[in-house]
Amino acid sequence: MSKIGVFICHCGENISATVDVARVAEAAGQIEGVAFSTDYKYMCSDPGQTMIKQAIKEKGLTGVVVGSCSPRMHEPTFRKACQEAGLNPFMCEMANLREHCSWVHDKSEATTQKAIDLVRTLVEKVKLNKPLYSIKVPVTKTALVIGGGIAGIQASLDIANAGHQVILVERDPSIGGHMSQLSETFPTLDCSQCILTPRMVEVAQHPNIKLMTYAELEKLEGSIGSFKATIRKKAKSIDEDLCNGCGTCTTKCPTKKIPSEFNTGLGMRTAIYVPFPQAVPNKPVIDKENCSYYQKGKCKVCEKVCPTGAIRFDQEDELVELEVGAVVIATGFDIMQPSGFPEYGYGKYKDVITGLQFERLASASGPTLGEIRRPSDGKIPEKIVFVACAGSRDPAKGIPYCSKICCMYTAKHAMLYQHKVHHGKSYIFYMDIRAAGKNYEEFVRRAIVEDEVNYIRGRVSKIYEENGKLIVKGVDTLSSAKPVEIEADMVVLASAAVANPGAEALAQKMHVSYDSYNFFSEAHPKLKPVETNTAGIFLAGACQAPKDIPETVSQASGAASKVIILFSKDELSRDPLIAVVNRSPAPVFSTCVGCFMCASACPYQAIGEELITNRQGKVIKKVAKVNPGLCQGCGTCVAFCRSKSIDIQGYSNEQMCAEVIALLNHE
Amino acid sequence: MTEFEPKIIAFVCNWCTYAGADLTGTSRIKYAQNVKIIRFPCTGRIDFMLLLKSFGEGADGIIVSGCHPNDCHYTSGNFHARRRWIMFRGLLDMLGIDVRRIQYSWVSAAEGSKWADIVNSTVNTIRELGPYTEYEKVAGYLEKEANQ
Repeated sequence: MSKIGVFICHCGENISATVDVARVAEAAGQIEGVAFSTDYKYMCSDPGQTMIKQAIKEKGLTGVVVGSCSPRMHEPTFRKACQEAGLNPFMCEMANLREHCSWVHDKSEATTQKAIDLVRTLVEKVKLNKPLYSIKVPVTKTALVIGGGIAGIQASLDIANAGHQVILVERDPSIGGHMSQLSETFPTLDCSQCILTPRMVEVAQHPNIKLMTYAELEKLEGSIGSFKATIRKKAKSIDEDLCNGCGTCTTKCPTKKIPSEFNTGLGMRTAIYVPFPQAVPNKPVIDKENCSYYQKGKCKVCEKVCPTGAIRFDQEDELVELEVGAVVIATGFDIMQPSGFPEYGYGKYKDVITGLQFERLASASGPTLGEIRRPSDGKIPEKIVFVACAGSRDPAKGIPYCSKICCMYTAKHAMLYQHKVHHGKSYIFYMDIRAAGKNYEEFVRRAIVEDEVNYIRGRVSKIYEENGKLIVKGVDTLSSAKPVEIEADMVVLASAAVANPGAEALAQKMHVSYDSYNFFSEAHPKLKPVETNTAGIFLAGACQAPKDIPETVSQASGAASKVIILFSKDELSRDPLIAVVNRSPAPVFSTCVGCFMCASACPYQAIGEELITNRQGKVIKKVAKVNPGLCQGCGTCVAFCRSKSIDIQGYSNEQMCAEVIALLNHE
Repeated sequence: MTEFEPKIIAFVCNWCTYAGADLTGTSRIKYAQNVKIIRFPCTGRIDFMLLLKSFGEGADGIIVSGCHPNDCHYTSGNFHARRRWIMFRGLLDMLGIDVRRIQYSWVSAAEGSKWADIVNSTVNTIRELGPYTEYEKVAGYLEKEANQ
């Protein structure tokens, strides 16, 4: 006979404001098999948990149902409390009275009735729960970091410095990411490359970090502690061991007119190229799409001039399988191409550029060596207009969110321009100035007061060319909504920060959730900002949402510390909510008929065969057997099984059926 | 006579729709009380016999919801569920169940408002369809047959 304890939480007033909690507890007490029922203000608090523990001990409870928030929130808390009181943690279930009831309904009889129904359902389930024991899995103490921007670099260094192995995978030929493209960084105006490149070199030289550039994740299998990652190393067409990075090939390559990705199309590169002079590793790759040899079958100039004979035209992509225990996703963001705004004329007028292009113009390593010269004729612009929120906070363009970094970098751009072109005039059209960060507001103030940047609160309606000038039409909403017209030499659009184009595909490969803008979703918006919903996979940087450098670095260190915590143990315990094939006494042994429909349905190849033999060693029966190390507990096999011989612990056929009956039969 | 309050049961996966419904709560989006959720690890786990069982136990409507295609936490469970649903849907007519009584959908962990919309629209649909009584009729008939 079950002795179930029911504990109804008020959650302050979150539940009790709309649900009559006392009545729920009372009704629960009437359910057959319930030995104890009560309600309390905060079940998750220390006194609340003590109440549960005491009841388990005093009443000899065999199962516990906590009617409170979502099990996704506090299931581990209450299961741990039960365990401490000597009850198997898997004998505890939660009825979701907050997210699925009190928060979504108004106060009414029906709401209370729904709460009672939910509690009864879980009581019926828990009656059929069986004690389960965690599965131990060894931890592979190697981390995979995807993305070699500042987030990936920081996470890699932190994990490596803690003494663990790191594999850093970067899609591009060099690590560095967007930060390496920036000129100076707000709010200190220190040179981006000066602070970043030492870190890049540190990564390359770190004994614990294995760097794989020009490589992408192909596949990720397994689970926390023991993932199996397949990495595609794209053919660089060079032998990295022989190449000494002398650069002869890149200077001799005859195909020189390829827009450089690093310089955002403002400069040119060759077909065999190193993205930028400080690249790590400083070894070239051949861009097959643009190489004469690959496209037309002749050239091979690089091969002729290479002093070490390192060119390998026949090199092919290589697939490498790696065993890793944790993954950090640090794939960063992208800048939206503002071509969706015909009114701004981006793409039509050469002198309308994006913020990232301005970074390259202002950078000492950029195409103009740091001089602000407009792309069309190389003249120094006398008047420059910055348009903030070019895309961001614009639901009509599908980006209702704030890109967060633009207010600050636009102020910085105007400042840099004023520092370089003393007689120039700069204007910023803005919606609001969002400068929340340490020393950020002071920085914007400095731009306005000391550098005399003209801030105009209003939006730009149209930009067009007239007599070699860009006419910017807008409105100044602060001075009686006057129309404003500025004859500018150059326009910089602070275009929105968007998710990387490959983010969705990557998320699907790794089975982590992502939001409607394709940014990766954190496990909890406040309390689990670096975890994903998939255990063992963590997030760092702007792949989760637009972020500036300090935030990115802190999140990367946060993700790294999570990995280090994970690696501090030699083995992990995993929830035993996995499938099992039933066993029964001889002569049946198991109701499994050996059709192996389950094996074909299993996404993890977790189902194998088992031979049942008699005492003489003669095979009587062949049945399915689940490998507990591989099974993830999805239960697809359970729904498939024709003879109902395979079942999933914690979500068994019996339990689900009991839930259905309990949920639908009240009164 | 009081208005008909449909009994609707929702079979949802733990990773997408359950989390999505949690988000509906966190976002304080209101919806009808008629729908009650049962959590499954994955839509691939849902044995569709449970849907029939639900109708047998007095459900007027059912929602099945999981991760969007390609987003399954377990790689392919939702594809199995979808395939199963396509097969199952064809058999409903034969069983005398109006296909509109089952709402099959995808709700991701980020789609809190979509969950509320699905709940409300399903409740409205079932309200229009009225109570599901065919099963009881058959059950009553069978009982009579058995007693004779």
